Amino acid sequence: MRHVSSVIILTLLTVLAEGPIVVAQVAVSGKKIYTMAGPPIEDGVVLVRDGKIAAVGKADAVRIPDGYRVLQAEVVTPGLIDAHSTVGFSGIFNHPHDQDQLERSAPIQPELRAIDGYNPREQLVAWVRGFGITTVHTGHAPGELISGQTTIVKTWGDTIEAAVIVETAAVAATLSPQAQKSDKGKSPGTRGKMMAMLRGEFIKAQEYAKKRTTAEPDKKPDRSLSLEVLTRVLDREIPLMVTANRAQDIDSVLRLAHEFNIRLILDGAGESYLLLDEIKAAGVPVILHPTMTRAYGEMENLSFETASKLRQAGIPVALQSGYESYVPKTRVALFEAALTAANGLTFEQALATITIDAARILGVDGRIGSLEPGKDGDLALYDGDPFEYTSHCIGVIINGEVVSETPQ
Amino acid sequence: MRLQIRGWILGALYGAQSIALAQEAPLVFTGATIIPIVGNSIENGALVVHQGKIAAVGALNAVSIPADAQRIDATGKMIMPGLVDTHNHIGGIGGADSSAPIQPDIRIYDSLNVRDSGFKRALAGGLTTLNIMPGSGHLLSGQTVYVKLRQAETIEDVFIRDAERNPLGGMKMANGTNSMSEKPFPGTRSKSAALVREQYIKAQEYRDKKATAAGDPAKLPARDLAMEGLVEVLDGKRIVHHHTHRHDDIITVLRLAKEFNFRVVLHHVSEGWKVADEIAKASAPCSVIVVDSPGGKLEASELTFRTGAVLEKAGALVAFHTDDWITDSRVFLRSAALAVRAGMTRDGALAALTLAGAKMLDLDRRVGSLEVGKDADFIILNGDPLSVYTKVLETWVEGEKRFDRSDPKDLLYAVGGFGAGRDQSPYFCCFEHPEGQ
Repeated sequence: MRHVSSVIILTLLTVLAEGPIVVAQVAVSGKKIYTMAGPPIEDGVVLVRDGKIAAVGKADAVRIPDGYRVLQAEVVTPGLIDAHSTVGFSGIFNHPHDQDQLERSAPIQPELRAIDGYNPREQLVAWVRGFGITTVHTGHAPGELISGQTTIVKTWGDTIEAAVIVETAAVAATLSPQAQKSDKGKSPGTRGKMMAMLRGEFIKAQEYAKKRTTAEPDKKPDRSLSLEVLTRVLDREIPLMVTANRAQDIDSVLRLAHEFNIRLILDGAGESYLLLDEIKAAGVPVILHPTMTRAYGEMENLSFETASKLRQAGIPVALQSGYESYVPKTRVALFEAALTAANGLTFEQALATITIDAARILGVDGRIGSLEPGKDGDLALYDGDPFEYTSHCIGVIINGEVVSETPQ
Repeated sequence: MRLQIRGWILGALYGAQSIALAQEAPLVFTGATIIPIVGNSIENGALVVHQGKIAAVGALNAVSIPADAQRIDATGKMIMPGLVDTHNHIGGIGGADSSAPIQPDIRIYDSLNVRDSGFKRALAGGLTTLNIMPGSGHLLSGQTVYVKLRQAETIEDVFIRDAERNPLGGMKMANGTNSMSEKPFPGTRSKSAALVREQYIKAQEYRDKKATAAGDPAKLPARDLAMEGLVEVLDGKRIVHHHTHRHDDIITVLRLAKEFNFRVVLHHVSEGWKVADEIAKASAPCSVIVVDSPGGKLEASELTFRTGAVLEKAGALVAFHTDDWITDSRVFLRSAALAVRAGMTRDGALAALTLAGAKMLDLDRRVGSLEVGKDADFIILNGDPLSVYTKVLETWVEGEKRFDRSDPKDLLYAVGGFGAGRDQSPYFCCFEHPEGQ
């Protein structure tokens, strides 16, 4: 009797040691698998175990263990990454109650944390997820000189804590007429003033950092949430993502980053094709505007071929859905990348702009962006070429969980 | 350069209207897959164009080709009608102002800049016929204009005219939230409808007064431009192009159209899928917008790619529109492709880019399909019209090549790049434009 009990206890302990099964184990078999870590695999299998990728290979080389749920698709890609969006902040209704992407009370507010504003249940998060977007870099929108922080989240999870990968991914800045005020007496009102204010703020942060570390305890400056964040930017811990589109504004951004030795990510970059050498020399990656952004105003000279030109110049480039103030309330990074595949990039180069290259620029390529053992079990399944308008996303897997199977 | 000189001479001889004068000898495009919209696709086809019209279309071995025809090999390409955009805002439109919610006296063509680069981009997207409209911030924002993207020095050059040479167009109306605002604009949907009814009743009375005056100057009411515009609507001379999103707003439009017996095309119809049967029963044509996500406003928050498919199944006439600048004219084909993604038939979706739109503008006897006698408006593609990889290679309007992707100047507008945003280069003749070729 005692013996039987201990067997039961041992069995129970074994079960407990395995932990509760939170996700079913999943295998995806695809006619073509783009791992983004090597050439595509024809007739391949991706095994996802406990939320992570366990194996990737040809179907005859990867055995699917018993009990795995098996999904099939024509084309399998890593879960897509939208390198810059405002979903979860700029809600579907476009009413004040669901718009948290831009605080207008002051032009410089780097202390605004994205994690305090992200709404993981916002409908547009589910909308982009349905097309295979499993990760978004989202947060404060362009529109103020320094509008706040950004964060990197999975498009699954009911709370920010469940969704977040990187709490503070970047500090978002804007060097474009979007950040200029037209009211008399309001700053910044010109390009010169925008740069003066940005430089002034970073110099303030330098002084603050120096005093915080070297001054006598009673002479230390009071804590400043704003300057603390800028100090982290100056320490190159957090990149500064600056939205600039006109060539002259891009040039100014490069000047600013050089002066303060900032880790810069260039965002928007409408006329970047005019400054390829300068951007390349500065070692700056680009998160390019949506290909189908409206060709008006500062974007009037945008080109469908910019992604291709940046890539050819050896500049890292990712695609984005961007911020939309009206209709549609969000774009879909998949569609924006698709058009680059029709305008100079190869299929795989275009796919890289929303997978591995986006992950590298955002510094999360250790976790996502390609299908390799050990990485997160994030996959997108399609019934044909993912870029074709008439194909469908037929499955989305995030952290090993099948979160969508409705063709979209 | 030679073409430019030719254009100038022709312009001088025949006046601006005739710049798009058709070629003297017939042109025949051979070997392409032709999608005529009316009838089945034709493999290895021939399209004969003469004097701005389609002279013949069919299988290459079945069409008699005039001996003097200039042959253009289009093997491996696809030819379909020029695209008809039922709702477009290029040209720097400036319609009704903020003084009143109903302004039927406004003519949108009085505000258009024909050198706006938007015209070049539209050609690059394969558009040949457009309904250019004022915006949706008014219950009635003015008279729209139907244009052909001909070579143009002035806006008059692009007009489509009736037999009396009057430019053709519709009337733009809107309901729902866009047209609601502070006084004198309506604050509610009921007020919106009441204001519209009030004006149409006034127009009915104005029309009746004119009729009873029977030409007697003593009895004729004073001319009223606004009333004249509305009377054209009441008389069916102007089709109402009605912005409307929410299901109940759509039904309100149908109710008003019935009361005043005006002809209406429903535009955008984001929630048209909810009232598809009612729309079909009223025989109201729908010009559908396809955008990349729902939302942007409450009344578009249930927008779906399925709208075209649902309305088609219900039996409604469906077209698409760019609403340029909301979507870019250069990717208009994409609207049809996304509708097919969501269940619309391929044939229905292609007709929705062409013939269905032509019907909604009363222009289907002239454009929208490749049929003998119709205007020679067509596009040449390097692949399937619904593929993201397909490019518009050439756009022809009334037998004149208006866009050629192999010409670097045209390519700039098709792809974009530095200078693409400026006003399109004026049609300088006989000397080099500073920007060069």
